[in-house]
Amino acid sequence: MATLDKLQAKFPGAFTTSSFRDNVRVLVNAAKAPTVLFLLLKFLKEECGFDMLTELGGIDYLNYPNATDRYCVVYGLTNTATGERLWVKAFANDPDPELPSVVELWNGANWMEREVYDMYGVRFTGHPDLRRILLPAEFTAFPLRKDYPLRGYGERHNFPIVTRAES
Amino acid sequence: MPLQSASPVLDDDIAGADQEFLYTLNFGPQHPATHTTLRLILTLDGETIVKAVPDIGFLHSGFEKLGEDLDFNQYVTIVDRMNYISPVANEIAWHHTVEKLLGIEITPRCKYIRTILAELARISDHLLCIGAAALDLGALTAFLYAFNTREKVYNIIEATSGQRFHPSYTRVGGLMADISDEVIELIRDFVATFPKAHSDICRLLNRNRIFIDRTKGIGVLSKEDAINWSCSGPVARASGVVRDLRKDEPYLAYGELQSAFKVVCGKGGDCYNRYLVRMGEMLESWKIIAAAIENLPAGPVNVDLDDKLTIPDKQATYRSIEGLIQHFELFMWNRRWETPIEEVYGANETANGELGFYVVADGSGKAFRARTRPPSFIHFALFPLLMEGHQISDVPAVLGSLNIIAAELDR
Repeated sequence: MATLDKLQAKFPGAFTTSSFRDNVRVLVNAAKAPTVLFLLLKFLKEECGFDMLTELGGIDYLNYPNATDRYCVVYGLTNTATGERLWVKAFANDPDPELPSVVELWNGANWMEREVYDMYGVRFTGHPDLRRILLPAEFTAFPLRKDYPLRGYGERHNFPIVTRAES
Repeated sequence: MPLQSASPVLDDDIAGADQEFLYTLNFGPQHPATHTTLRLILTLDGETIVKAVPDIGFLHSGFEKLGEDLDFNQYVTIVDRMNYISPVANEIAWHHTVEKLLGIEITPRCKYIRTILAELARISDHLLCIGAAALDLGALTAFLYAFNTREKVYNIIEATSGQRFHPSYTRVGGLMADISDEVIELIRDFVATFPKAHSDICRLLNRNRIFIDRTKGIGVLSKEDAINWSCSGPVARASGVVRDLRKDEPYLAYGELQSAFKVVCGKGGDCYNRYLVRMGEMLESWKIIAAAIENLPAGPVNVDLDDKLTIPDKQATYRSIEGLIQHFELFMWNRRWETPIEEVYGANETANGELGFYVVADGSGKAFRARTRPPSFIHFALFPLLMEGHQISDVPAVLGSLNIIAAELDR
């Protein structure tokens, strides 16, 4: 794949690759992600024609077979001219999972990064408005983490109720 | 304690100006024009919108967490409830991804049936979107015409699966059941009557002066913005992004039906263009259905029982030892499918845009992670961009043209 060769020449040793079915993936590990990830995505956008960020989602690899890093953010890039897709996976770890924000490159990342922060607690440095998006602001846990129980910690029953008198 | 949410008047970009004349209007979460539960905080200068801040999450129900607890066949009842305007399309997209993960090639008949249902779902979704958008702009008749036709789609879905609204019709490697001759007749009847219903709506709206005044030049999205904001589906195509997964990455029977349909695109990127693209797409869907129903292949709808991937039918379960074993293999919580320790993204072109699922499997019969790429969520992020500088009466027009489904938005 020409893109991967180009990427390899530009960022030697910064990433590994894997593929499954038609998904071609570039993996950036937790040690390199803070410095390399933004430049790599910028290069892919500006030099390789991946002008659309189709998808951005989080994964928590706690207790996953053969996993080395815990949190992962998956960037699905699409080249709208050729239809080519590329997947970039960047990893982060406890206690302070952090990755560079790509809102500067793609505005579409704004809400998707907020969702990842909301669900996994991965902070995106440089994000213009990193607040919770789906859950209420006073929610303290990150529910899609694997150590969060399916039925929650009882937040639902202790949810603040705004009465008519105090509203 | 009241919910802490965005307070737009405090934001830096307008904080410097004299704000005495600006006021804040809370739009929703319960408002007829939002259709579902979403909230907009509008900062107004007279009737002009200076800033619009969407506040979402009212319908968040943790679908993705449930996806990690339910197996591939059970979760189909949950994806049904994401975009509940075209539920079959969600099921097809979900099982498309699961089958991609497991490496299943479904049978030709199953492909065609799924294609027909996906296109019926697209028509149903577009009809609702157009009908409701017209309703919000004061045109009640178009809404009634649209719902009259949607009723026929619901009848077909009911005859197919036994359930009108949330059919849960697809299964890993096939379908719940084959379609009957009655369904084929219903679909043929739909194909025969749809053009008239379509042209009725066209004649009501296409040159309707009020409708055009309210939609033309409203909520303009440029091609560059459409790409930069990750748009897909009719919203992107109305802005001139020529991208349709049915053509670009053919799945199901679309590869064989390439000659039956075209990709409908617009250039203006405004609400009127989005309306026109949806109207055009419905006709293309109608052509696909007409071609698919006449070329419906014979044969089984499920993959071979020996592959041990699909639920055997009741005949096999009760009358053969292999069927019975296979049934238990897939239903016992500690057996189910053997999945590769891999992950895969699969996407379908649904009515709203690219509906993708990112499934991570850890070898057990459940998804380790079932991420949804919801088109509504991505399109709603556009709202502040589209709204700036417009009048408050344009809010329903833009909301209607984006077709935001809150259940898919919040999951």
